[in-house]
Amino acid sequence: MATTGEALTASGYIQHHLTNAKMCSADGGVAFNYACQDAGFWTWHIDSLLFSVGLGVLFLWLFRKAGKKATTGVPGKFQCFVEMCVEGVDKIAKDSFNGRNAVIAPLGLTIFVWIFLMNLMDLVPIDFIPEAANRLLGVPYLKIVPTTDLNVTLGLSLSVFVLIVFYSIKVKGIGGFTKELTLQPFNHWLLIPVNLVLETVTLVAKPISLALRLFGNLYAGELIFILIALMPWWAQFALSVPWAIFHILVIVLQAFIFMMLTIVYLSMAHEEH
Amino acid sequence: MSINATLLGQAISFALFVWFCMKFVWPPLMNAIEERQKKIADGLADAGRAAKDLELAQAKATEQLKDAKATANEIIEQANKRKAQIVEEAKAEADAERAKIVAQGKAEIENERNRVKDDLRKQVAALAIIGAEKILERSIDPAAHSDIVNKLVAEI
Repeated sequence: MATTGEALTASGYIQHHLTNAKMCSADGGVAFNYACQDAGFWTWHIDSLLFSVGLGVLFLWLFRKAGKKATTGVPGKFQCFVEMCVEGVDKIAKDSFNGRNAVIAPLGLTIFVWIFLMNLMDLVPIDFIPEAANRLLGVPYLKIVPTTDLNVTLGLSLSVFVLIVFYSIKVKGIGGFTKELTLQPFNHWLLIPVNLVLETVTLVAKPISLALRLFGNLYAGELIFILIALMPWWAQFALSVPWAIFHILVIVLQAFIFMMLTIVYLSMAHEEH
Repeated sequence: MSINATLLGQAISFALFVWFCMKFVWPPLMNAIEERQKKIADGLADAGRAAKDLELAQAKATEQLKDAKATANEIIEQANKRKAQIVEEAKAEADAERAKIVAQGKAEIENERNRVKDDLRKQVAALAIIGAEKILERSIDPAAHSDIVNKLVAEI
C-alpha cells in the first residue's frame, strides 16, 4: 500500500486486503498491479495462481510421499491420515456415484484436499504473509487465500462443468444429450424451446452455484477477519479466535460440499433419464 | 499501511487459535489415527497368531493321526494274536474232545467185547458141556464133575 499513499483508513485497509496481485502484459512488457487496471480480461492474479498451484503441489507431494512409503504392515501416522482421506472419499464416491468410472474418486480426493488447503490459508492471520511480502519483497498486494478469488473457484467449477458435458456426451451420445436438453421436462416437440431454456439454466447453474458458494463463503469469512483486524489490538482475540474456530468447520464443509456436488453432478451426467 | 499494533492483536489471536487447535482439534484427530493404527496392528497380530495356531493345530493333527495309526496297528496285531490263540485253543479243545470220544468208544468197544467174550465163553462152555455130555453121556455125572467143567469154563 505504501506505493499509493493510501490513507491509513479502515476502508483503505479493507480495500487493500481484498486486492489481488495482478500481472498483465502492457506495451510489450509485463506490468503489475495499477498498470493493469485497464487490461481487462487478460489480467493474471499471480498471488492466487501462485498459492493455488503451490498448495496443489504440496498436496500432490505429501500424498505421493505417503503413497510411496506405504507399507502393508502397521502404517505410520501420516500414512494413516492419508489412508483415512482416501478411504473416506472412495467410500463417498462409491455410495453416491452410480456407474463405474475410475476418474471419480481421485477427482473427488483432489478437489477435497486442494480446496481444503486453499481454504486453510484463511486461518493464517491476515496480515502476516502480505506484510512480510511487502517488507521483504516489496510486493504491494497479496491475497493468500486463493478460494476468495472468484477466478479460482470459477476455474475449478468450469473444469467440473467440462467434465459434466464430456461424460454426458460420452455416456449418452450427442443425440441422447440433446434429447435430454430438449425433451425434458415436457416431452412434446412444441415445447422444445421451453425445455431447452429450462435445461440450459439447470446445466449452467451447476458450475455457477459451485463457484459462487465456495467463493461467497470464503470471501465473507476473509472479510470478517479483516473487519476484526480493525478492532483495537488487545480486543481482537475475543472475536478472532471464535471466528477462526468456527471457520475450521466452514473450510472443511465447503471443501466437502464442492467435492460431494461434483460427484453428484457427474453421477447425474452418467445417468440415462 | 505500516506495521502497527494490529500485528500484535493478530499474533495473540493466532497463538490462542493454535492453542485451541492443539487442545481440542488435534487430539481427536490423533485419537482417530492412533485407533486406526492400533486396529491394523491388532489385526495383523491376530492374523499372525492365527497362522501360528493353524500351524500348531496341523502339527498336532498330524501327530494325533500318527498316534491313531500306531494304536490301530497295535490293536490289529493284538487281534491277530488273539485270533491265533483262540484257534489254537479251539484246536486243543477239539483234540481233547476227540481223544475223549475215541477213548469212550474204545471203552465201549472193550466192554462190548468183554460182554460178547463172556457170552461166547458161556455159550462155548455150554456147548462144550453139551458136546461132552453127548460124548460121555453115561460116564459123567454132571453134578460130580461140574466143578471141573466150571474150572474149564473159567480157563477158556
